[in-house]
Amino acid sequence: MAAFITVLFDGVAYGSLLFVISVGMSVTMGLMRFINLAHGAFAMFGGYTACVLADRWGLSMFASLPVVLVGFAVVGAVVERVIYRWVSRTRPLDQVLLTIGIAFIATALATAAWGPYQRRLAMPEVLTGQLHVLGVDLGVYRLFLIGMVVAITAVLHALIERTRFGAQMRAAVDQPDAGAGLGIPVNRVFTGSFAIGSGLAAVGGVLGVEQLGLDPNFTFRYMVYFLLVVVVGGQGSVIGSAAAAVALGVFDVVGKYYFPSIGGFLIYALMVVLLLVFPHGLFRRGR
Amino acid sequence: MTAAGAALPSDRWQIGDTVLWLVPVAAYFAFPDHLVLGSQVIITALFTLSLDVVLGYAGITSLGHAAFFGLGAYTAGLLAAHGWGEPLSGLVAAAVVAAVAGYLTSFLVVRGTALAQLMITLGVGLLLVEVANKATKWTGGVDGLSDMTVGALLGVFKFDIAGKTGYVYSLVVTFAAFLLVRRVVSSPFGLSLRAIREGAARMPALGAPVGRRLVAAFTFGAALAGIAGALLTQTTQFVGLEVLGFSRSAAVMIMLVLGGTGRLYGAFLGTGLFMLVQDYLARLDPLYWQLWIGVLLVVVVLFGRGGVLGIADTLRARWAKRSAP
Repeated sequence: MAAFITVLFDGVAYGSLLFVISVGMSVTMGLMRFINLAHGAFAMFGGYTACVLADRWGLSMFASLPVVLVGFAVVGAVVERVIYRWVSRTRPLDQVLLTIGIAFIATALATAAWGPYQRRLAMPEVLTGQLHVLGVDLGVYRLFLIGMVVAITAVLHALIERTRFGAQMRAAVDQPDAGAGLGIPVNRVFTGSFAIGSGLAAVGGVLGVEQLGLDPNFTFRYMVYFLLVVVVGGQGSVIGSAAAAVALGVFDVVGKYYFPSIGGFLIYALMVVLLLVFPHGLFRRGR
Repeated sequence: MTAAGAALPSDRWQIGDTVLWLVPVAAYFAFPDHLVLGSQVIITALFTLSLDVVLGYAGITSLGHAAFFGLGAYTAGLLAAHGWGEPLSGLVAAAVVAAVAGYLTSFLVVRGTALAQLMITLGVGLLLVEVANKATKWTGGVDGLSDMTVGALLGVFKFDIAGKTGYVYSLVVTFAAFLLVRRVVSSPFGLSLRAIREGAARMPALGAPVGRRLVAAFTFGAALAGIAGALLTQTTQFVGLEVLGFSRSAAVMIMLVLGGTGRLYGAFLGTGLFMLVQDYLARLDPLYWQLWIGVLLVVVVLFGRGGVLGIADTLRARWAKRSAP
């Protein structure tokens, strides 16, 4: 039983990481129907940036988090303005091709800059070690991840439900044309949400170096997982994404632990079944 | 697209077609040392053509088309490994298996939005990779399936090391498939596919069963992909996991878009260009290749809609306008 709880806990922590990285994609996909297969690249470069900051200036992981968050929010806004803005929203094939192209470029650049190896990032002292709770060992790092997700979900939820920006965003998700007609700067709202999503993905990349690993193939390896979170959670829904990410994390970890021979198979089978039963995701905003 | 007239598109054979098809024939005599690479290009071109039916004509976004290529490859491979080495019946079996799989998948695919199509095809492709990876007893897993004997073609032509038989075989099969596809897309059925691609919401009003048309197109594309996969198995006498993989699905989509979708010859042009450049750049440094294919994709999407043939059309139209009095 204790072993099962530990595995379950690992799954929740893993799902938390998936959530931090994919939530931004969920918002942009829901908002502008933009299929972004290169979203994981932000997480990958976030992780590498933290490694560089640690190597060059001895910045701890905690200290690099705000730097990465702000830095990649800016990068995200620029990428959105310079490239993504020009791709038709009504031609999904173009979006797929463009973002696959960007993922290729990201992979090549990362290989050129840091080599094809796995990178490691030193964990702050505080996050190593275990906590004994009711006879179960819980890793502090994983507890921290779960705490981060609760915090991020709360902040995002408040941002979307309570602020003016959030109201504009909801209006733009539900009815982009009507929203624009009411004077909502839909394009600027999109740039803003893209920036937030990119920053969060980069933060997720930093947090995930320990568990997800970090190498140039990151973008493609986790592409399906991020897409799954968005599609299962329902595009544009923060709570839905959190639920979907945690469920996927648990399912994946438990599957690989208890059925190692078919573990990899389970997640894809689940994906096909879920898409069949809920073609619009578990939680869907608007429409 | 050219202006839509009332008449069906013509599929009459023209001099240009003959010239284009003489290129691979000439290549056979001009590069006798590169026939193995040549037959791979031809087989990949057939695979790209099969995606053109699904993506270019029916407008279904598929990121898992390699699933059907791989099913065909494994079908032919398993038959040959278990004593059924006759190539032509192997092709038919591969086409049937891929078509059945395509038919079953199509019901999941045609009802969704582009994103759902993408996820389902991606999921089915990854699922098959995992199955092939785990079923080592049958597929050999990551080591691949190599212990097979492919019989002589028509009982006469043995598959040789230089790849002469393989080249001619692939070329003839691909040519036959091309004629079939050309006939199909020029038929009323093909025309209805284009109409669905351009405006699926209006087609039911014209009495066209959108779902059934798309199912048929997807199944047809899957069968062709299966034939291409079987050709690869029979000419190389090897099946590896990569026949099913995501990279193959992505690559074939890139080739098609590079050449131009919905134009038949776009599939051939794109495949040829892609594989020649890949061969050249990957020999310099695999890293270059990844970088340049990425840059190329971004450029094609942002500036070169319609691929090489699309750009050619645009230029020709502009030229015609300027030279008109």
